[in-house]
Amino acid sequence: MTQSIYSLCFMCSVRCPIRVEVKDGQVKWIEGNPHVAGMEGSLCPKGAAGISMQYDAQRVQSPMIRDGERGEGKWRKASWDEALDYVAEKLKTVIDTYGGHSVVLGERANLATHVSKTFLKAIESPNHFTHDALCKGSVNTACRSLFGYTDAQMGMDYKNARHVVLYGRNMFEAVSVKEVNSLMGALSKGAKLTYIDPRVTVTATKAHRYWMIRPGTDLALNYALMHVILDERLYDSAFVDRWVEGLADLQDFVRPYTPEWAEKETGVAADEIRDLARELSKVKPAVIFHYGYRGAHHAHEVYLRRSILILNSLMGSIETPGGLFFKKGPGAAGGKPARKLTEQELPKTDQPRFDKVGTKDFPLPDSAHGVAQMLAPAILNEDPYPVKALIINRLDPLKSIPDTNQMKEALNKLDLVVAVDVNYSDLAWYADVILPESTYLERTDCVQQANGLKPQMFLRRQAVGPRYDTREYSVIMRQLAERMGIEKYFPYTTMDELVDWQLEGTGFTLKDFEAKGFVAYGKSQIFWDRLEGLKLKTPSGKIEFRSSLLENAGYKSFPAYTPVPEDQKDVFRLVVGRVALHTHVSTQNVPYLNELFSENVLWINSAKAAALGIGTDDLVEVKSKAGSGVIKAYVTDMIHPEAVFMVHGFGHEAKLAARCYNKGVSDSVLQENITDRVGGSPALHDTFVTVKAA
Amino acid sequence: MSKYYLFQDTKKCIGCNTCTIQCKSNKNLPLGPKISQIIPVGPKMVGGLPRATYVFMPCFHCEDPWCVAACPTGAMQKRAKDGIVFVDHNLCVGCKACITACPWGAPQWNPETGKAVKCDYCKDRVDQGLKPACVTVCTTHCLQFGQEVDEIVNVRKRRHAEAVAALDSNAP
Repeated sequence: MTQSIYSLCFMCSVRCPIRVEVKDGQVKWIEGNPHVAGMEGSLCPKGAAGISMQYDAQRVQSPMIRDGERGEGKWRKASWDEALDYVAEKLKTVIDTYGGHSVVLGERANLATHVSKTFLKAIESPNHFTHDALCKGSVNTACRSLFGYTDAQMGMDYKNARHVVLYGRNMFEAVSVKEVNSLMGALSKGAKLTYIDPRVTVTATKAHRYWMIRPGTDLALNYALMHVILDERLYDSAFVDRWVEGLADLQDFVRPYTPEWAEKETGVAADEIRDLARELSKVKPAVIFHYGYRGAHHAHEVYLRRSILILNSLMGSIETPGGLFFKKGPGAAGGKPARKLTEQELPKTDQPRFDKVGTKDFPLPDSAHGVAQMLAPAILNEDPYPVKALIINRLDPLKSIPDTNQMKEALNKLDLVVAVDVNYSDLAWYADVILPESTYLERTDCVQQANGLKPQMFLRRQAVGPRYDTREYSVIMRQLAERMGIEKYFPYTTMDELVDWQLEGTGFTLKDFEAKGFVAYGKSQIFWDRLEGLKLKTPSGKIEFRSSLLENAGYKSFPAYTPVPEDQKDVFRLVVGRVALHTHVSTQNVPYLNELFSENVLWINSAKAAALGIGTDDLVEVKSKAGSGVIKAYVTDMIHPEAVFMVHGFGHEAKLAARCYNKGVSDSVLQENITDRVGGSPALHDTFVTVKAA
Repeated sequence: MSKYYLFQDTKKCIGCNTCTIQCKSNKNLPLGPKISQIIPVGPKMVGGLPRATYVFMPCFHCEDPWCVAACPTGAMQKRAKDGIVFVDHNLCVGCKACITACPWGAPQWNPETGKAVKCDYCKDRVDQGLKPACVTVCTTHCLQFGQEVDEIVNVRKRRHAEAVAALDSNAP
């Protein structure tokens, strides 16, 4: 008897809707949810490898307590009671000695984030952080500075776009299934694709226009595009006149940034810059300049992301089919969202956050996510206070946050490190206790509130029982809460009880998800009237080119452009990115994915490699101020001479993840911990490295 | 040829290997054999733009399959009703004659069973009215499976017509 279960994938963070077939308690088949537009059966390679992950014996099989030194790899198996008691006792000692705020919890944002946030509030710690800043902290700040909404409250309607401009946003290798199919659909209908990246990617091979831009100079290009658009009055004047605050300031600011000036900085011909601006203007407002999912590259990142959003605003591509839109919640369709545990009356603390977000030192990043890369400096400098305990879920600070050596030093100062994970991540390897989480196929999860043009709710549903001695994160947090005496904030013992609690008052029940895996609040797309009805949340109620958010915090709306350093023979900007076969640092050990992509290599430009005497497959030493590594070279014309590139997520140090152990080099070992102090992102592409034959 | 076609719309293919992995997962294959693999060619600069092709390599299900002729035990067979070329694992003795015979590397070695394995268009799925594993989950739906080969002709004609039509306001 084969059962069919609708659920949500979790091989990456996109949460694509899936349908799972189970026979005799074994997962036999996974496909994209056929009822969801843009999925219709489709998966990505990570999603297709779900069964390979599920039946891999190299994931964490039971609670583990460290026996040797941190990172030494000596473990003993423990029962859940023993492991949870151990963690609770240590946490209580730390809280009694240093206060609740000395406990920090970090995670890759997930459906149970409201549970872990509640746990921290209950112990009077302000220190919950997510990985978001590492990915897009400055995109978030840029969106708020212009519209008053976060990036997560906005979306892009690729499907109806006539021209899409991507700045290193490698959509066809990031493979968010619905996005890929929306963009592919637009291209089939004749939309144009412009791709800008110092490196040729799969996305570049599908583009109508490709610019191998000088690395680090996208902002110069955008200032020149604005110059042309304003100079030739190519913008949507009806929209701009109605909604934009600060057009004259922008006009004054971009006057010196001519296409000829930009050509010298970016390497993109002035005439081509003019051509693009004119071409885009003809199909406005169905134009998308992609503001970047991952927008953590440079120390001026917030201004790059603002420049992209300003270009969209000039084209009028806001709240329109084929442009950007504001996501609508259940309220817009007369419904109610699922409840979150954080809605309860919870204890308050007046301590600042460990990363100082929200204080005058670091006023603008989103405190709902914090700034992850401040973790090591905060621990090492005990600034603003000592941090003594760290709980990490499904995040790997040793591989995801720049400067691995700095992070190791910081971890050594802690009294307690706890990892909740499916895998032996490097952080788990460095922890005192590992609490193994059930996989996405083995657990029901909290409700997904999917806001958008058509608000919906999705549910991840348990397909099979846990293969090993693992539990759901929300249940683990509840069981820890019982031992800390704060269980009153966790009104459930099982996932079904928690989901029932969340759905109370929404008019939907668990049963309603069985037919298709989701429920919808309404049938039609909701667009606001873009001439009179934009509900912007900035103080002026307008799109603030001149930003009160920035200026009230003492920052400029339009700081002068700083040129990038001159090219040198053996110094390169380190550029990192993704491949379709892997998610961040979490899938390198999955058998089928590892089989097809087991090691990263260093892309280096042919002419530069020849001058340095380096050939493909030669071992080279890559060295920065933060660290070094030895990696195989890949010599190619398909990368700009001033950059070298490596795929993120390799160089694992956890020996029990045996397939990926010690394969390739970790970009985080090389990256320096530099931050955009305005927007909050780390400057992942502001590290320079030397390369020589090893 | 079999009475089916498996068409890859290379314009939409992004070389992501979802097909390769779903195929392995569906057939529960160990590390090693990749019987419906994507082979990337490029990127190269073509007319000033970087271009690459991601070539899909399952089995062609030949009219006169050399692998069937080479098989000494009758394990490798062409299914009478629809021309699907498949291995009967009960008869395969692992001699590798089919692997040597095929010019395209379609039959491959399964180190776990010690037998040959190859693309059979997921005949068990096809017999249930479903599509092969690779086609069902293809990320961009660039793989298409069917019986009427005219469908491909129509796709090609429509695409050419759309490419040359001057109805796009993007055109000068």
